[in-house]
Amino acid sequence: MNSEFIKRNLSTSAIWLFIVVELIFFSVAGQYLSLTDVAFMDGGNMLLLLKQSAPIGIIAVGMTIVMVNGNIDLSVGAIFAMAGIILLDSLSWSIFSGIGDWVIVVSVLLALTTGVLLGALNGLIVWKTGVDAFIVTLGSMLGYRGLVFMFNGENPTSNLNWTLVDLAEARFLGVHTATWVFGLTVLIVWLITRYTVHGRNAYAIGDNRNAAVNAGIRVGPHMLINFALIGFLAALSAVVFYAGSGSVNPNDGMLYELWVITAVVLGGTKLAGGSGSIIGTLGGVIAIQLLRTGLGYIGADTSTVNLVLGLILIVVLFIDRQLNVKGAQELKV
Amino acid sequence: MTQSTPALRLEGIVKEFPGVKALDNVSLSVMAGEVHALMGENGAGKSTLMKVLGGIYQPDAGTIYVAETPVVMSNPLDAKNKGIVFIHQELSLAEELSVAENVYLGELPRKSVGRVDWKTLYEKTDEILRRLKVSFNARTRVGDLSIANQQMVEIARALTVDAKAVIFDEPTASLTDAEKLVLFEVIDDLKSQGVGIVYISHRMEEIFKITDRVSVLRDGQYQDSVLTADTSEEAITRMMIGRNLDLSRAPVSHELGEVAIEVKDLSCGASFQNVSFKVRCGEVLGFYGLVGAGRTEIAETLFGLRQPSSGTILLDGKETVISSPAIAIREGISLVPEDRKTQGLVLGMNCRDNMTLPQIDDMKAGPFVSDGAEVALFDLYRDRLDIRTPGWRQTVGNLSGGNQQKIVIGKWLSMHPKVLIVDEPTRGIDVGSKSEIHKLIRELAASGYAVIVISSEMPEVLHVADRIVAMYSGEIIKTFTSDDVTEDNLIQAISGIKPK
Amino acid sequence: MANLARKRILTVMGNQGILIAFVVFMVIFALASPKFLSLDNLQSVVRSSAILGVMALGVTFVVISGNLDLSVGSMMSFSTIVVLDLHDKLGPSLAIPTMYLMTLGLGGTIGFLVGYLRLNSLIVTLGMLSAIHGLTLTYSGGKNMDIDDKAGTWFSFFGQGEILGLPVPIILFVALAAFLGVLLAKTPFGRKVYAVGGNSTAASFSGIPRARTVFTCYLISAFCVATAGLIQASRSMGSQNTVGQGLELEVLAAVILGGASLLGGSGTVLKTVIGVLILGFIQNGLLLIGWPFYIQYVITWIIIILAVWLDISVKRGKFWATI
Repeated sequence: MNSEFIKRNLSTSAIWLFIVVELIFFSVAGQYLSLTDVAFMDGGNMLLLLKQSAPIGIIAVGMTIVMVNGNIDLSVGAIFAMAGIILLDSLSWSIFSGIGDWVIVVSVLLALTTGVLLGALNGLIVWKTGVDAFIVTLGSMLGYRGLVFMFNGENPTSNLNWTLVDLAEARFLGVHTATWVFGLTVLIVWLITRYTVHGRNAYAIGDNRNAAVNAGIRVGPHMLINFALIGFLAALSAVVFYAGSGSVNPNDGMLYELWVITAVVLGGTKLAGGSGSIIGTLGGVIAIQLLRTGLGYIGADTSTVNLVLGLILIVVLFIDRQLNVKGAQELKV
Repeated sequence: MTQSTPALRLEGIVKEFPGVKALDNVSLSVMAGEVHALMGENGAGKSTLMKVLGGIYQPDAGTIYVAETPVVMSNPLDAKNKGIVFIHQELSLAEELSVAENVYLGELPRKSVGRVDWKTLYEKTDEILRRLKVSFNARTRVGDLSIANQQMVEIARALTVDAKAVIFDEPTASLTDAEKLVLFEVIDDLKSQGVGIVYISHRMEEIFKITDRVSVLRDGQYQDSVLTADTSEEAITRMMIGRNLDLSRAPVSHELGEVAIEVKDLSCGASFQNVSFKVRCGEVLGFYGLVGAGRTEIAETLFGLRQPSSGTILLDGKETVISSPAIAIREGISLVPEDRKTQGLVLGMNCRDNMTLPQIDDMKAGPFVSDGAEVALFDLYRDRLDIRTPGWRQTVGNLSGGNQQKIVIGKWLSMHPKVLIVDEPTRGIDVGSKSEIHKLIRELAASGYAVIVISSEMPEVLHVADRIVAMYSGEIIKTFTSDDVTEDNLIQAISGIKPK
Repeated sequence: MANLARKRILTVMGNQGILIAFVVFMVIFALASPKFLSLDNLQSVVRSSAILGVMALGVTFVVISGNLDLSVGSMMSFSTIVVLDLHDKLGPSLAIPTMYLMTLGLGGTIGFLVGYLRLNSLIVTLGMLSAIHGLTLTYSGGKNMDIDDKAGTWFSFFGQGEILGLPVPIILFVALAAFLGVLLAKTPFGRKVYAVGGNSTAASFSGIPRARTVFTCYLISAFCVATAGLIQASRSMGSQNTVGQGLELEVLAAVILGGASLLGGSGTVLKTVIGVLILGFIQNGLLLIGWPFYIQYVITWIIIILAVWLDISVKRGKFWATI
């Protein structure tokens, strides 16, 4: 029991340990290799890092609860792009021309609604057909991408609204808007997973689905809510991202699903469901962004980031497996 | 103590599965404030009856009354709300969640905005836990608890509602003596509140200690109910075994050959220790004991699926290291495993492919699998074992349990092993197929195989085995021969009592 | 009686649904565009599907064995870049086998991790997707790779050549499909793949080496990826680092469309080929009737879900899940 306890705490705090190691490594290595005089752990650097991790991070928070629930969502990249297009395109719709800058509020709401609807559609299909979430969202990853292209063909959708850009670039207490949104997302979804009946039932379903069904928990509606939530968050991520950039390419968001899943798994969430935490995912997101920024800081190129990230993911999996084998007691099958 | 109104009453319950009548017109009354033991051999229908009561199965006929009101239960939650609480033998807990969340799974107390009312949840759970006198509290993560304590969490679930009847299915299987005493106190407590308790156990000692009345099921039929105070172990055993008594011993009718397999001081971690035995060609050695006594683990070790921590295995007098099933197969050992659905068969494959699986590498014509050789082999064993299937293309998952088991046996017979290990050969199959399989095992021994039969059913080992090894908690208590075996001796030995 | 008939129809549709869908699509497109069924057009469909198809053949083995391979896209980029680079350094006759060996090395690594170390294949191949992408970028230094002397080499044969009027990519696809189809359906190895994917515990209890079987499936997958990379490199004689990006999920879609279950134990090479062709024909048919290419994404989405839904409806005996 005691060693179990240690093992579990080790695996949940491992990601923060890893972040500390990264910080020390890049600070020290930076002394010798860095191309600039700015210290790695400079405040401005760290704030920028948090801002940059927001788009992936916001989606990763949603992915955590979906994976805890025992599902997965591969369509988040496409939902991200779709919401971005709705946001930017609706800014210039003529029906909103009379309301001035209030159009921003309307457009943001439209984008978020798009995300919720697309996510809920995934959830509804998973619930009603019983087809595995991996396949359902693999399909909608293609399907939603098709919708994205339908909007404007292969052309980018651009619309620079300066009020929106100002909002995106604003800082409150020195922290970027994107970081605030990310932080609030983490807080709220963490509260949902820890303190609501829905959140706790999501864990129960992912942990032991039969037990949950026997205890009378309605599995389908909970799944639907979680898919709607991740759709909402993918759209929120798009709002945060495109508010500043003002242009959506129809291929945007591709492979986001893989980055997001990587962050979530690094943060300790199990694919099998039932286990994982929002705080762990926050750690996973920060660790990845630190790795990107840090390797850039010491002069390595993006290729090294991919390589190191992939290998770390596998090593984490390997260590996790070693912690969980039952040794000689286990049947050799 | 016993009051006169039944807390739970069953009338003419019938439940049929394809090929088996699992429950045949069972009627039973459990009085309020009574501990009612339900006994019967494995396969007698106890677990089916409990699933009907727990809302997992719907009966084909018959009525269930709770406090004399007829009820229909569509699912386990429904059953619980109608006052029948079922404490499962297999744990059904969410390990990552806290004790409190598991106890109130599906019924977490709420505050506004869908929040969990943690204060109420923990208070109510701790109150229940205090009644159970356990050492953990409501906030403990279930995965951190020992199996025994997890069992206590299951029991705690029963106490969240105003139960009319509580069903315990082998609740002491994983409890220590001290924990058992606490459980018995809980049962006493429930009893004094007028709850009717159904208590299923194979352990006679417990039955006589805590129950008021004993009812016996056999082959899906209700036999009789007697007051515990007025009966004896022998009488109950007789009711359970019934007409099977007359086939208690099968005489050794042929000469035994050389020692085919000998095991010396074999140990494997905590599973079993210092196990020694030998089996001759032409002999059937039975292993009898409770679930968890280490019998299956011995079989798995002999078949290369477990790494022994010490000891030796001799085949034909030669010391052999068996490190994988492939080596075991090459050395002439076959294992018909305990659970045919998860270990014995690939359910989505057809009959023929399942049967030829272990020797698929030897069924070649050039580089290809020889269709003709495969079909010929299948046909041979289909006829020999009388497997009833529309044809070899039939998916194994669609066959009845008895025919599935024959496919597994055929699969291993066709390997012509020297040593055939059969683990629970007749679990969950109908009576007809059962006796066919028993006959087959005897015939195999007669034709020179060394056979090891592992079983939890006493009539089965008595009927098919020449000698019987009684195991208790990883150790061999005694090896019985036909001269000194009696049912009493066996029951005592597998309860850990060494015979004089 | 009517019930029985309906059940039978459901079963037939479940088993042959993908073939029925295939025929329906063919008829629709043939009616919509007279050019659709012309030999030239059919040939061009198969040729353009060859790369996806070759990769799908290998992934079929992995999926039937009960695992996933998300790394095939970035592995294909790797093969393409490596063979183009080595072409100018070693010459084509040495470059090709070297590239095959390197790709098999990557496949073997995944096979070792998933088969022998028993790590979750989704995460391992997700990690490898990223790692191999990084490896490719490191190898190429981030630059596009081009063959210098495009006219003076026979390397273009694999992507652009013809034998007896048939394009070489088609021949490679068909030959590989035939070989792997026979391997899967007719040999002891193929039987083991189904057994391991269908129930790995029961397979182990039957003395079948689970780890080695899974390992071999990943080697087969890597071999197919290398072949796809060869065709790609030879067709374009130059390439970006990201040429295979995103293909992993399209390949998986083709395999699932062909009826392989992600749980393992079911699927065939022929069905995968049909899945690949359906995707190819939809793309081509839409092009011929003048619809933009991205409509195919939406149609693919719908038919993947319908196909899998139908399949499990047959198994559970009703359309809607009760959860």
